[in-house]
Amino acid sequence: MPILHETLSRLWTLDRDVLAIAWLSLRVSLTAVSIGLLLGIPLGALFAVARFPGRGALTGLLNAFMGLPPVIVGLVLYLVLSRSGPLGSLGLLFTPSAMIAAQATLATPLVAALTRQVVADAQVHLGEQLRSLGLSAPRQAGILIYDVRFSLVTAALAAFGRAISEIGAVLVVGGNIDGHTRTMTTAISLETQKGDLSLALALGLVLMSLVVVVNAAAALLRGHAARAYG
Amino acid sequence: MSAAPLIRLDDIGLSLDGRRILDRLRLEIAAGGVTALIGPNGAGKSVTLRVIDGLLRPDSGVVRVASRRRAFVFQRPALIRASAAANVALALKALPRRERAARVAEALARVGLAHRSRDAATRFSGGEQQRLALARAWAMRPDLLLLDEPTASLDPAATEIVEELLGAMARAGTTVVLVSHNLGQVARLAGTVLVLAAGRVVEQGPPRRILSSPRTPEARAYLAGELPWTVFAEAS
Amino acid sequence: MDRLRRSLLTVGLTLVLGLSAATAPASAEPSAIVVASTTSTEQSGLFKYLLPIFHEKTGIDVKVVALGTGQALDAARRGDADVVLVHDRPAEDAFVAQGFAKARRDVMYNDFVLVGPVSDPARIRGVGVREAFAKLAAAKAPFVSRGDRSGTHSAELRSWKEAGVDLASARGDWYRDVGQGMGPALNTASALGAYILADRGTWLAFKNRGDLTILVQGDPRLFNPYGVMLVNPERHASVKVKEGQAFVDWLVSPEGQNAIASYKIGGEQLFFPNAHAPGTR
Repeated sequence: MPILHETLSRLWTLDRDVLAIAWLSLRVSLTAVSIGLLLGIPLGALFAVARFPGRGALTGLLNAFMGLPPVIVGLVLYLVLSRSGPLGSLGLLFTPSAMIAAQATLATPLVAALTRQVVADAQVHLGEQLRSLGLSAPRQAGILIYDVRFSLVTAALAAFGRAISEIGAVLVVGGNIDGHTRTMTTAISLETQKGDLSLALALGLVLMSLVVVVNAAAALLRGHAARAYG
Repeated sequence: MSAAPLIRLDDIGLSLDGRRILDRLRLEIAAGGVTALIGPNGAGKSVTLRVIDGLLRPDSGVVRVASRRRAFVFQRPALIRASAAANVALALKALPRRERAARVAEALARVGLAHRSRDAATRFSGGEQQRLALARAWAMRPDLLLLDEPTASLDPAATEIVEELLGAMARAGTTVVLVSHNLGQVARLAGTVLVLAAGRVVEQGPPRRILSSPRTPEARAYLAGELPWTVFAEAS
Repeated sequence: MDRLRRSLLTVGLTLVLGLSAATAPASAEPSAIVVASTTSTEQSGLFKYLLPIFHEKTGIDVKVVALGTGQALDAARRGDADVVLVHDRPAEDAFVAQGFAKARRDVMYNDFVLVGPVSDPARIRGVGVREAFAKLAAAKAPFVSRGDRSGTHSAELRSWKEAGVDLASARGDWYRDVGQGMGPALNTASALGAYILADRGTWLAFKNRGDLTILVQGDPRLFNPYGVMLVNPERHASVKVKEGQAFVDWLVSPEGQNAIASYKIGGEQLFFPNAHAPGTR
């Protein structure tokens, strides 16, 4: 496999541009996932705890939104953030902020749906006790979130994996602008389009290493915390 | 009964998933002492306990519970992945921080777990977990304590400790209502026994009399270890 | 529990605030303009060469969004770009006529090349463009079309028409409409051993050629002129007139034109400045 050899040799020559692109990918996706966690965890927990009409249908919708196609999210967000769109005056199109918004839109329902599931599971065991203590629904949700916090690491990683690996949304709302909104995925796509397959593969290896490192860090953190309170 | 009862259930009907669980159930429980609910599986004991606590709302009938503060202890202690102290504190969020800490420490000491207050509750043994659940209940200063087979999955030593704690709480003035299949335990702890069958109270009296000479055929059958078909029906 | 929760919360908040702070400056750059351009210019590497020179001189940051010519003009119509640099003369003229730009300036040209497999089953090597396209249709030789409303796509459709081929009735399995940029289309052609119309710049920068080679070039009909336009600020108040005009002016200035002429790949010049040439053809 000559391309493999070429790919590996290209890894050594990756320059500061690649580092900047990797850093942008990382900070966009981590920020998007953080927003997704801040919104999705309470939302998912409330879905599990609160009783309200239409809850079943909304839960189904939430689960379906886990599979939201990134291109659709990108397109809708493009129309919203475009100068001619309702939020055009913010001037966010083709900026990292727009990419964060797009990935957060993808991450939030994923986090919410996974949170709803683990919280619902925890509720089987804890629900009656918490209601018996006379706690409000938000308070119950808070305690259940705390109880399942180690499982939520998995939700966070799933959201991160979805965010950092998607290209459809960041390409449309970010524009793949060199030095501003070029991420690992759009760079890989661009190099593939230019026919530079070994460079594309080398960038792919960098992206995969990023994902592996983040996952390993999360696993370490989780293991450490779970040893104390599992 | 001259004084108004602490608990009064009138004509309670309740169905779950289309199955009739409670059928025009009536009962009265006076303040103070330990009352045991016994009866075959599926008789409605646990459901009755939940109706008293407000966890289940009956389809019909009147529930009157005159307690100020209730605590519920389940067969399987419901503990969160946190320290023992944090689990006890769950019930005390309304208190100021300092008072809360004092109550938690006192409750843990009461059940002999003071030295383990910072340990992970989910790592405790079954007996320790149930003591912790009792500590949480104790910390709430309830005037009514409801327990659903609290010692069903404990070994004899752990059971003895829990029984001692229940006795102490009752002596301190808490009204205790206990569901149990352990007739020895019922005899040791209860001042009054209610026998339930098919969703109603069929017999009521002091444990010595009920356990030795039940008057109704349902109570006789239960105490003789009959009614196996209800056991199977429940398990399936 | 409180202690652990506080520390988790602190870590989380630090992460969010820190990252958004790191992200904020990029989005709030005062002197940055957005240029909607074509995939062929971006992928040829021209902008990577030009923009640092322009930035050095003016301090203005230029963000290039590479789209098909049609999409690039649409983005500008929506107000999402300050400047457009594209290559489809009729579409550009319509853009000006509709009032989305006040003027169009010639910048440079490159040319298209007709690329195909070395074996050349349709025997078009060295013939004129009209004859080549007629032969391709007659032979039903595998052909890859951009199919993305790009300038190159327009040029290809024009070529069929000029060769007297009615594409609507002639197209069949041999005609692969990929709906993608120049690079992916070239990748497809390379994999299929198909013919394809490509702009010379992308072709020169393209590395995954396989068996493909240039078969037809140099015909005046393959001339590919680029125009630059500042989006009309009367249509979109958000247009950064000063910086956008500075970029347009620089591109057509002797300095910008020299910079364009000096961009080479493998010693070969890709774009030929023609801002001051009389007329466009």
